[in-house]
Amino acid sequence: MSKKLLLEKAHVEGIRTYDVYRREGGYRSVEKALKTMSPDQITEEVKKSGLRGRGGAGFPTGLKWSFLAKPAGVPRYLVCNSDESEPGTFKDRYLMEFIPHLLVEGLIVSSFALGSNRTFIYIRGEYAWIVDILEQAIEEAKANGWLGKNILGSGFDCEIYVQRGAGAYICGEETALIESLEGKRGNPRIKPPFPAVKGVWDSPTVVNNVETIAAVVPIINIGAEEYLKIGVGKSTGTKLISACGNINKPGVYEIDMTISVEEFIYSDEYCGGIPNGKKLKACIPGGSSVPILPTNLLLKTAKGETRYMNYESLSDGGFATGSMMGSGGFIVFDEDQCVVRHTLTLARFYRHESCGQCSPCREGTGWMEKILKNIEYGKGKMSDIDLLWDIQRKIEGNTICPLGDAAAWPVAAAIRHFRDEFEWHVNNPDECQKRNYGLAHYADPRPLAVPA
Amino acid sequence: MPEEKKLFKVTIDNITVEVEPGTTILNAARKIGGEVAPPAMCYYSKLQGSGGKCRTCLVEVAAGSTADPRPMPKLVASCRTNVMDGMVVKNITSEKVLDARAGVVEFLLINHPLDCPICDQAGECHLQDLSYEHGKEGTRYDFKRRTFEKHTLGPYIQLHMTRCILCYRCVFTADQLTEKRVHGVLDRGDHAEIATYIEKSLDNDFIGNVIDVCPVGALTDKTFRFKNRVWFTKPVDAHRNCSKCCGRTQLWLRGDEVLRVTARKDEWGEIQNTPEGKTGWICNECRFEKKHLSDWTIEGPSLINRHSVIAQGHYVGVQKPREVFSKLMHGQKPKLLMDIHTVSEVNKPNIDLSALPGPATSEVFDSKE
Repeated sequence: MSKKLLLEKAHVEGIRTYDVYRREGGYRSVEKALKTMSPDQITEEVKKSGLRGRGGAGFPTGLKWSFLAKPAGVPRYLVCNSDESEPGTFKDRYLMEFIPHLLVEGLIVSSFALGSNRTFIYIRGEYAWIVDILEQAIEEAKANGWLGKNILGSGFDCEIYVQRGAGAYICGEETALIESLEGKRGNPRIKPPFPAVKGVWDSPTVVNNVETIAAVVPIINIGAEEYLKIGVGKSTGTKLISACGNINKPGVYEIDMTISVEEFIYSDEYCGGIPNGKKLKACIPGGSSVPILPTNLLLKTAKGETRYMNYESLSDGGFATGSMMGSGGFIVFDEDQCVVRHTLTLARFYRHESCGQCSPCREGTGWMEKILKNIEYGKGKMSDIDLLWDIQRKIEGNTICPLGDAAAWPVAAAIRHFRDEFEWHVNNPDECQKRNYGLAHYADPRPLAVPA
Repeated sequence: MPEEKKLFKVTIDNITVEVEPGTTILNAARKIGGEVAPPAMCYYSKLQGSGGKCRTCLVEVAAGSTADPRPMPKLVASCRTNVMDGMVVKNITSEKVLDARAGVVEFLLINHPLDCPICDQAGECHLQDLSYEHGKEGTRYDFKRRTFEKHTLGPYIQLHMTRCILCYRCVFTADQLTEKRVHGVLDRGDHAEIATYIEKSLDNDFIGNVIDVCPVGALTDKTFRFKNRVWFTKPVDAHRNCSKCCGRTQLWLRGDEVLRVTARKDEWGEIQNTPEGKTGWICNECRFEKKHLSDWTIEGPSLINRHSVIAQGHYVGVQKPREVFSKLMHGQKPKLLMDIHTVSEVNKPNIDLSALPGPATSEVFDSKE
């Protein structure tokens, strides 16, 4: 049983209410931070803990905080990114729905560290019922003196506001989120300037994921030294993984990043294996944007080492033979799943969610979807596969925001690892309408490169 | 004595220029001119906040600055990236840039109707120039092209949404020139469109300028629509006393008929500044209502870039574009593979073909000697 920091109290009866949360030791970190620490000390502590952004990119949080410009007389803002829209990711929803006070607590400590007197939670429009939960939690926190003017007599004022988005995936990109928060069309901004210098209303802003903010609470409570001991290497602390797809026990799991991928999928403590005795075909380990991996590369790296559930091990081998930790949306495919169909589904999603601001993403995503549709429905040509490769190559890296990359990577990885399945679709236009390509040899052990 | 401003040295395609801090790579490259200047479909120097969207101006930064000579990992939009001292930029000397740019051109064209033969913009269309200069032959796109429902924008301006490349220039123009913008971008992704929310005509005194800033034929002048091809008309500079705008315009004449009035454009296709240093936006009255020669004082023929299709009418004042290649190649001249005079056995070497008054015929080679 690995150590739990975030979800430890998630199943205590009534943890959603302030009284139970406080009884279980809630808001201790606020007391500790506001009474005994200075904002810089908190930032330093977070930096030391090695906490990495849990939204997907994995950028060190403490470093991000230290980049925040602090000109005199200009307000600074902390924005919590709750626009969790990545297909396969639902960890933030779980956190906000069941222990909303943990987020509020983390926000108060983080706001104090960053000097944000007005802090915003930008929440995805579809999470309509969570808005009420959060607002009630904020109300309760305020009634008990954790928010408002002069919190705990420290002279620090803080208010938290919840802002609902209108349901656009792109508004999870931090600059698009800021635009949307300002009441404008959610188009990503061109960087630089970065939000740390010019963010909400041209003021310095930090945008952090829900889980990142929540993780600040245990860091302050147990101290960076203790937090560092959990996890491995540069992957410190615990990570929430939202597992879904063909597994026996889908759900949100907190892992300490020392377990292997194989253990995570098959152990009863976590996903509990694949249902109906089917075999594992492929997996997307970090939300729809990261490259898909076939079984043989998922369980072992190209070097033949066991792959673990942490930032470094999952990205071992780069995009050629690895993937990414991403946002922790763990999607498992069994032998009955069709990779072409799945890639089409993702391409359709990215086409629909592209903001339309820059040309490669606006036009390229639609083009990829049309070609994939042809291949999936048995109307594809062999040259289409190379064309797809060329289109994704011309989108990747040439767009304003990472949505272009996110649209290109799944297509690239699917062709890279499952090209024979695409070719089978082209060569067997009738058969591919009736049955799937199946497991093929995707689970076969890979030959190891032998040094000459 | 005021302190002398420190200038930044930036090298673009092996040519070094000195520019003021805060200049973008694109504007530094425009100082060099010629092919070194990246194409720009959405950036408009006169509009604040424009640029960064079309991705045609992508360049490679081979060295960030003297202080930090690391290259930038991705291609950057030159219109929105400022130069640093000692920056080394590769534009047409970078394979990566040419490849990415050809990709962007392809993306811009896959849903473009390619109706140039019936488009009023043809001949002065930036997308035509772009695809001619940076695109590849043919298309790999074999799906139905995207179409839109028609929107009416009032008596003066015609919107063809299918031709639009969503550069946002007209949105910025309306924001910065008029008090209240009534059109904008609706929807998102590949079905995003320029429109008014509810059918509404654009009726601001300066809204006609959206026609001038539109790089393609998406916004055209209804008073000029289908009247003539631009290369059959003769551009002259003219002015009139206007109470609303600077009154400095370009008239497009056929005989002594004024077919069209536009603002004056500079060599980058942008509206010129007035002598006072302001942008020469013109009002709707000058643009749409004053269609008689007697309304205007003619200054003389406009200067037209020799590469422009309008120059084919052999107007006076054709400007030779700047040649940058020999400089870019460190003074090397293009290598001639052979000299036809010395190699050919058919032609007589003593006959200088370029000195002939007309085309060379067999007679030229027979009669003399």
